[in-house]
Amino acid sequence: MESVTTPPTTELRKTPLNALHRRLGAKMVNFGGWDMPVEYPGSGGLIAEHKAVRSSVGVFDVSHMGDIRVHSAGNTGSALAAVQHITMNDASKLALGQAQYSAMLYPEGTFVDDVIVHRLGQDDFLLVINAGTREKDVDWVKQNTKSFDCVVENLSDEDTQLAIQGPHAQDVLQKLTDAKLSLLKNYWFTHGTVCGLKNILIARTGYTGEDGFEIYVPSDAATSEMVWNRVMEAGKEFGIIPCGLGARNTLRLEAKMALYGHEISETINVWEAGLERYCKMDKGDFIGRRALERAKTAPRTRTLVGLEMCERGIGRDGYCCCNEAGEQIGVITSGSPSPTLGKNIALAYVPPAMAALGTPVYVQIRAQKCRAQVVATPFYKRSKKTAAGHTATNI
Amino acid sequence: MAYPTNYRYTKDHEWVNVAGDVATVGITDYAQHELGDVVFVELPVPGVKVAAGKTFGSVESVKAVSDLYAPISGEVTKSNGDLQNAPQRINEDPHGEGWLVKVQMSNPAEVNGLMDAAAYEAFIATQSKEASA
Repeated sequence: MESVTTPPTTELRKTPLNALHRRLGAKMVNFGGWDMPVEYPGSGGLIAEHKAVRSSVGVFDVSHMGDIRVHSAGNTGSALAAVQHITMNDASKLALGQAQYSAMLYPEGTFVDDVIVHRLGQDDFLLVINAGTREKDVDWVKQNTKSFDCVVENLSDEDTQLAIQGPHAQDVLQKLTDAKLSLLKNYWFTHGTVCGLKNILIARTGYTGEDGFEIYVPSDAATSEMVWNRVMEAGKEFGIIPCGLGARNTLRLEAKMALYGHEISETINVWEAGLERYCKMDKGDFIGRRALERAKTAPRTRTLVGLEMCERGIGRDGYCCCNEAGEQIGVITSGSPSPTLGKNIALAYVPPAMAALGTPVYVQIRAQKCRAQVVATPFYKRSKKTAAGHTATNI
Repeated sequence: MAYPTNYRYTKDHEWVNVAGDVATVGITDYAQHELGDVVFVELPVPGVKVAAGKTFGSVESVKAVSDLYAPISGEVTKSNGDLQNAPQRINEDPHGEGWLVKVQMSNPAEVNGLMDAAAYEAFIATQSKEASA
């Protein structure tokens, strides 16, 4: 749920916490047109941040993510119909307070963006979208819901979104809210008082493969900084540290969560990306459905697999994959060292014939072809929750 | 971190420490800080000829790959084998244990064209300003 498509603007956008990140000495980068912290050398840097989330807790500013609300006046059901039309998962299955991973598709069955759909009310939905695709997504939603009697609102600039992630995320956030977090299941949300602020959306969601929460607080800098500081204070006993987009990327890669512009894009369809779990072909018509119906029976040319490097070398985004004969057969969509596994891992599109576990794949790293092999994904899966509702950690 | 006054520096953030006509080469504290956690280093083996201003290897952090540019010309006599298993030495001690290669210089006069510590510190001050502007 993250995009790296850089819009053609020169003026970088800033989240309400930008000044705070700079005061913390964060290394800032242009991420999809946003001036964002990639890592905080003061808290130990990317690897330390990654490990903090896997073993304890970390906090991320993800205010660059966008939010679109789709609702109807008077519970007519037209907002639900609109959401069903523009997304591939079945939003009718959502209870109030529940969220689902989904995607908006082009008529070709390829991706406009991936989204998390939250059901705020009977006919009231919140779509959380990627930063770099904000304008495109808002236009897309507006254009394609015109025939439905519903209201589409772009709320992207109205809140600061913080992600508190890790096995101790609940311990930290519970100190700051009256909401009973232990009752909140994965991919459910509630509203509660957080740091004295009323009616704050608290969702048990994230992009790290770890337990955690995303909270949405008012976007003025003073409030945003107050909440950030209170979270840091509450997390002190657990060794909480601020985490940047660098760790966010390595965490989501280990968990095999798709990144827009990498594993999913306007040229990759749902079947190729392996996201059929979230695509409900029997829910009724939706944009992209017909093309997907056809693609389902057509021979597939590529499929997403996990790779592990067997030789020294790091396969990175965009590097070519070859077979033993040296012919190019695919490309890496995301690749990086895995701080949890201590190995170099990657996601790549390869022909289905080369997708079997253990298949050797050669990654072109500058002048060399380095051997890798297809491995099971996700690369990392957190252990199941214990009876106490806490999440044990794998490392 | 202080920049040793007996070293010379390049705009590509490499340093050289000259003893006779052998130069030890590494990357600067500024460079390691910009890179972040170093996880992989690719260095030439002894016998390889390097040319001033040309790439001679690469250093990788979790996020990115950076080319290494030779500050001077000559033949590699030794590369730092410790970095293969402990690339983090470059972060921990960039001007010492984190050295990269030793080069038998073919044209020691090239060193005169490099910056001294004061000039390099002034140079990185302008870089930081640009980055935060």
